[in-house]
Amino acid sequence: MEIVGTQRTRTNPLNDVVSALPLYRSAPPLEVRLEDFELFAMDRLRVLKGLSDGLSRGKKPEEMEKLANDLWHANMRHPEASEVVNKDLISHFVLRLVYCRTEDLRKWFLSMETALFRYRFRRKSSEAQRALMAEFELPCKAVSSSEFKSVEDKLAQVARSIGQPLSTADAIFYKVPFEEVPELVAGRRVFVHKGHAYVAMHQVVSLVVTQFRSNLSKALILTNRKWTSTIREQEKDRLTPIVEALCTSYLGPDYSQPKEFGEISIKDLDQVAKSSFPLCMRHLFDKLREDHHLKHGGRMQLGLFLKGVGLKLEDALAFWKAEFSQKVGGERFDKEYAYNVRHNYGKEGKRTDYTPYSCQKIISLTPGVGDHHGCPYRHFSEENLRAALGRMGVGSHAVEDVMDKVRNRHYQLACTLMFEAIHSSSCDAGINHPNQYFSDSQKILQSKSNASGTA
Amino acid sequence: MTKEEVENGSDEMLIDGPDQGNASPGGFNPNYLKVYYGRLFPYADIFKWMSYGNDGKHPACDKSYFGRREFSFTLDNDIYLRFQSFNSLTELENSIREKCPFKIDIGPVYSVDPAKRHAYAQGGDNVFAPVERELIFDIDITDYDDVRYCCSGADVCLECWPLMTVAVKVIDTTLRDDFGFNHILWVYSGRRGVHCWVCDGKARRLTNEQRGAIADYFRVYKGNENSNKKVSLPGPVLHPFLVRSYTEVLREFFEEKLLSSQNMFSTEDRYEKILSMIPDESVTSELREKWQENRRSSNSKDINVSRWEQLKHMLQSGKHKAPGLRRCVEEIVFAFTYPRLDMEVSKHMNHLLKAPFCVHPKTGHVCIPIDPNNCDEFDPTAVPTISELLQELNTGASRTDDNNEWDKTSLGKSIRFFRSSFLQPLLKSCKEEMEGSYSAKLQQTKNSLSW
Repeated sequence: MEIVGTQRTRTNPLNDVVSALPLYRSAPPLEVRLEDFELFAMDRLRVLKGLSDGLSRGKKPEEMEKLANDLWHANMRHPEASEVVNKDLISHFVLRLVYCRTEDLRKWFLSMETALFRYRFRRKSSEAQRALMAEFELPCKAVSSSEFKSVEDKLAQVARSIGQPLSTADAIFYKVPFEEVPELVAGRRVFVHKGHAYVAMHQVVSLVVTQFRSNLSKALILTNRKWTSTIREQEKDRLTPIVEALCTSYLGPDYSQPKEFGEISIKDLDQVAKSSFPLCMRHLFDKLREDHHLKHGGRMQLGLFLKGVGLKLEDALAFWKAEFSQKVGGERFDKEYAYNVRHNYGKEGKRTDYTPYSCQKIISLTPGVGDHHGCPYRHFSEENLRAALGRMGVGSHAVEDVMDKVRNRHYQLACTLMFEAIHSSSCDAGINHPNQYFSDSQKILQSKSNASGTA
Repeated sequence: MTKEEVENGSDEMLIDGPDQGNASPGGFNPNYLKVYYGRLFPYADIFKWMSYGNDGKHPACDKSYFGRREFSFTLDNDIYLRFQSFNSLTELENSIREKCPFKIDIGPVYSVDPAKRHAYAQGGDNVFAPVERELIFDIDITDYDDVRYCCSGADVCLECWPLMTVAVKVIDTTLRDDFGFNHILWVYSGRRGVHCWVCDGKARRLTNEQRGAIADYFRVYKGNENSNKKVSLPGPVLHPFLVRSYTEVLREFFEEKLLSSQNMFSTEDRYEKILSMIPDESVTSELREKWQENRRSSNSKDINVSRWEQLKHMLQSGKHKAPGLRRCVEEIVFAFTYPRLDMEVSKHMNHLLKAPFCVHPKTGHVCIPIDPNNCDEFDPTAVPTISELLQELNTGASRTDDNNEWDKTSLGKSIRFFRSSFLQPLLKSCKEEMEGSYSAKLQQTKNSLSW
């Protein structure tokens, strides 16, 4: 891909044969105008961001498929029909540059591009799907009829367990190493035997998507190497500023550095926990006060949040110690838990300054026995959630609205409604991060107290 | 620990060290550890294992392999040394003897020598990353506290230990039959659980995502502290893996053993816990009525068994057609017996796990391998302790063969088992794999992905 100034127009349009869906194997041999470089990328970002929002609201696969389709058509059009494919390719490769640069960026880009590919693939005809499978050169072969007979009852059992009874017409199965279809294995949606998974025709999207993901993941690492070794320096006056701006303009704050309210001291914690912690953190905080203990997942979720809120390392150590020592003794705290706290602040181990968990992350957690972390809207039973909401002091009408969102798996919207009910104030942006909840809450409370102060 | 062992512990003083005050009830004492590391710890076996054939002469051997493995030590004074690495058996041995760690953990194999990771970090390019790691499982009896009444916390007895045995059976069978793994090592964690190391080449090279998929395949336990339903088994029928686990292991264990040994229906609060898993008010109130009445009945049959039969009858009889209710019986059995894994340990390559043959500093027990084929016979209370071993050393025959001193102690059996059942078959397949991949590597073409 070659990037040219505004005055030059594209000279060599793409002449490769393009399949139903590009696999983005290599950068297109195109010249791209500088403003297209940026504009196309912005358009694609709108698509990916939309998908990301949809996923974090817990949309179901069918809803996501429709969302992906709508987003694509709204953003990825081009006045010239012949340019549509080029726009797809160019925008993808520009964003690769943008999102290759850190682990977090790569991870986000990888999952969103993979999601996008998945939903686009599902919309294709079965012929187009088979053609794409061929293009991937997947390491799978169809199960022979004699082998099929030997495992038929197991396959039927799996099919029934996922509510998609085995029809003899659909009896094409592919046998692949189980590593190739992690999502099907994770959901126990396939029969697994001696290291192989038996994948039904209607499940091949997983196979293709895994391959897509793995190729893209490797490519992003290589892109990152090229970026750091040559491109960043070569392009420092031209592309580099665009690339760097593209990602920060978009991802939103990660709350790794508390800014707005500076520091918070231990003595204020109880007060702000009451007024400004979202339910997930309030619950952890209360449990810690009550049990003088939290399991690892809870310590991470609350600990990093408090760091984001502005609790300094020394205060964090004192805070955790004050609680834990009542249960395990101060000495054991120093030995077994202090490391953990310092680790969160980047003072031990890899020395990464860990960022507080976002809603998306918290919703995706899987709290187990004895755990109190996770998203209450997602992980609490209805009864416990009602009780917890009651303790937050909102009226029964608001509780019903919240429960309604929860039933539809709109966990962040449920949290947003809670925020609005508690603060009697709207929150148009929605809640995406516990630290955002906190800082929005503090802003409202401060403006209220200022108002009453001057009145 | 028994009283005898405490006394034995102090008798041991003739072996080493004047520091009697430090002896813990399990007969553990830092000075014992020096002797243990000096005369018993099987360095060569650990080295052979962790080398996976790369210590040989074959041209495909990766000489840097062992040296890129992270070890980490927890020392006496709770100093925690991470990212230790060793280039040879001698280096490993010397370091352990010198530092005498209370605990040795094993981490992943990294892309570069973990001890020199900072030097590599200068480049800014993220080259320091785990590249290989055994697939590991960690099961801890403390995670079963809500379903065992005999002990809690770190305590374990012969009544609740079989929960661990069940976990070994279910997981071992699944790893072999479903995932096709062959080289699996089970180790007693020294106090309250078991560790599992899956060492096939394929397992060591799994990505985090693939590890997560395997962990999730095992997951049926959805409950947390804030939701009643601990196990959820949706769908009209169960996956074949769950059916096998249920019919081959869990059901029998629950009905034949756990019901009575844990007295699961003997008191009101115990049976109420089980009733709370049944989402049908009419069923639960009927059962509750029955049980409150016949509290004093001196039926010859075990009350736990008879109440369970009643419950099963109620749920499975034609009276209740809702499929969810029939599933309830299975859900209860799963809730009480199905293995509870520490998922995070299995999902990520960079988790550390305690090395086999360490000595647990609280109990003095040596972390010995468990034979999955005979795991019913494993008795955690009979595992050799460090003080017993040292006494055996002392009273044993004169020191003729310095290399195999363990042979005359009760550790000998465990080390011989480690070699014959795990290490030798593993090294054989490593060699085959190495020879196979060598010829393939010779013709490998360059990968030319561009951005």
